[in-house]
Amino acid sequence: MNFRTFAAFVGPSVFMMLLFIAFPLISVFVQSFYVTQTVYEVVEVETCTPGFLTQTCTTEKTSVPVVGEDGHVLTTTEFVGLQSYANVLELGRAWDALKSGSWSAFQTIDFWKALRFTLTFTLITLPLNIGLGLGIALMINNAAKAARGPVIFISLLPFIITPVIGALSINWLFRGDGILTAAMEWYSGRDIAMFAQAWTIELLMMLYRVWHVAPFAAIVLYAGLQTVNSDSLESAVIDGASRWQRLRYIVIPHLMPLIIFVSMIHLMDAYRVFEEVVGFSSQGHVISLQWLTYDFLVPDQAGNRSISRASASAMLTMIGITLLLIAPLRRTWRDHKGGH
Amino acid sequence: MTLKTILMAGALSLAGAAASASCAFENTVPLKSLTAGFEAWKAATDAMAECGNFSASLDQEFKEKQPEAFAANPALYQIGGVANETLIPLLNAGTIRPLDDLVAKYGENLTPNQLIKIDGEIMAIAMMVNAQHLMYRQDILADLGIEEPKTYADVLAAAEKIKAAGVVDYPLGGTFKTGWNLAQEFVNMYLGEGGNFVDADNNPTINTPEGIKALETLKAMTAYMDPEYLVSDSTYVQQQFQQGKIAMANLWASRAAAMEDAAESQVVGKVKMASAPMGAAAPATSLWWDGVVLAANMSDEQAEAAFKVVMEGMDTEMVQANNDAAVWLVPGYEAGPLAAGAAASAANGARPYPASTALGILHSALGNGLSAYLTGAKDAETTLADIEANYITAAKEAGLLE
Repeated sequence: MNFRTFAAFVGPSVFMMLLFIAFPLISVFVQSFYVTQTVYEVVEVETCTPGFLTQTCTTEKTSVPVVGEDGHVLTTTEFVGLQSYANVLELGRAWDALKSGSWSAFQTIDFWKALRFTLTFTLITLPLNIGLGLGIALMINNAAKAARGPVIFISLLPFIITPVIGALSINWLFRGDGILTAAMEWYSGRDIAMFAQAWTIELLMMLYRVWHVAPFAAIVLYAGLQTVNSDSLESAVIDGASRWQRLRYIVIPHLMPLIIFVSMIHLMDAYRVFEEVVGFSSQGHVISLQWLTYDFLVPDQAGNRSISRASASAMLTMIGITLLLIAPLRRTWRDHKGGH
Repeated sequence: MTLKTILMAGALSLAGAAASASCAFENTVPLKSLTAGFEAWKAATDAMAECGNFSASLDQEFKEKQPEAFAANPALYQIGGVANETLIPLLNAGTIRPLDDLVAKYGENLTPNQLIKIDGEIMAIAMMVNAQHLMYRQDILADLGIEEPKTYADVLAAAEKIKAAGVVDYPLGGTFKTGWNLAQEFVNMYLGEGGNFVDADNNPTINTPEGIKALETLKAMTAYMDPEYLVSDSTYVQQQFQQGKIAMANLWASRAAAMEDAAESQVVGKVKMASAPMGAAAPATSLWWDGVVLAANMSDEQAEAAFKVVMEGMDTEMVQANNDAAVWLVPGYEAGPLAAGAAASAANGARPYPASTALGILHSALGNGLSAYLTGAKDAETTLADIEANYITAAKEAGLLE
């Protein structure tokens, strides 16, 4: 293929990627170094609000934004360097907490609290997702031909459900005296409140995530199972290999590239955990990095959005994902080079 | 049923709406409103719709949409529903218009109490007041020989007795949902203790003995609540009441009517409204108002039509038809037993919610920071210090603090 043809094919998608991925990323990156502030002035204002029978008027000094001649509020934008990153990371407080050896004090700082949960969530759900996915794939593979279609359809269902809706339905099953909580109370004879402490919420969130994404792993691994060399499997049977040994020494090595692929997708997705926090309204107990970014962006009661801190937090999340991906990427790279 | 029948039915119902319209004039200017979504707003906007050419959005997320929608030119909504706090962002951005001329022309039925004045100019028209106040099951308290609780010490003592008697699942309910609700509980408690939130230079002043007292009272209450209190909002508490699961709560006056709704409530006639329990200085509550603003970015005739429609929506007729939906400020309202709690709180000296830009930022910081104390992750002083630190970071980023 000559260069012209190649460029004609690739050009549009490179342009799209620049427009919709690279530029917004650069914009977020730049914004994380700047702060835009409203210009306030202090004025004495008399405010009259309804009382029960008569009005109450108070006169006090308050800060109000300066409105420019064009009718818009005046703002200034200045370069603050790494200030927003420092505001998110709160390194000083984190260091003090660690120095005094207090993990609980360390875990009261939003970013580190969110990082702790995000990492736990990602790393615990990863093996569960792969394991369950492989299990479902083997089950489909061993199912009778006629049953395969329906089994695939049913096992894919959780993946089709919109994440927030799925999280909400699980939430309602357990909230207060929800059906499943009531069932557990009946079974154990104890009063159970699933949303009263952090660890039960975390457990529910992880269960939900695995339930939701395992079908994807299953369908990918099931595709891989179709290409396992049947000669090797037959010779293994003749050599007296048990079912487990065949899985361990033939099937899994064959599926390894796919397992790495599924793991990478899962790492990227799980590190951005967000729907679970919203769906389970867990923010009182547990927050994630992505939720933190979102929370910075939500206007506070005075209408301000913390764009700079949100940008910094988004950049930090991206750095985190990159760090996590280094290990599987290196492996893929090594396999790729070794294969040629 | 054919398409024709359906069309006929549609046409008839439209005609019916036009015929039954009790609006004094026929509105020809297309108008839209964006308000919060509770019963009183439903009543008011339904009455406005009778004038024709009017569509209402009742939206729980209205406070996130309003600033942007009103900043557009022309504004996406001509009429906005606001409260003490949600007025501030609009006021700051200068996207709402002063109403003095319109009030002079068409506002003959308004009482002076309804006019929200900022620096002498009328910026909003209030239609109702709202406050959190004590609601309790008078049958349970009478059975156990408990007097109406006047202070939080009384509330806690009563809760202990009710818990010992075991007549309900949880003696107390509370709108303790992390975020705005929980912050509002602190604001109430702190106002009751006589605290002030920020000083003249917008520096936070909540890490005080009053602040710690407020936190300790909140925590003491949680011992008698559903352990999942960090996810319970006003609707959840209202339902707990209706289903007879709780005996007392400091709940919004606008939820009072739901207790008497026989279709939903199992406790009709059993819930009594009383003043918010006293803190050291005042009742632990804050007075809110809800009212209407008009967008600045629209033509004068649109504004005139919008104002006339608003007056129709907030008239005596509407209030008489929906007397118990709220504590109305509109003439013709008859304060019944459901309004007794809000009235008693005001009579005991409840302070208005001191809305300002600074408190707006602080309210959000409180909403995020308070749960750490209630779950036991931090002690009271650290919690308040951390909330102050968060507030300072956010206020600096917003430009409010140097």
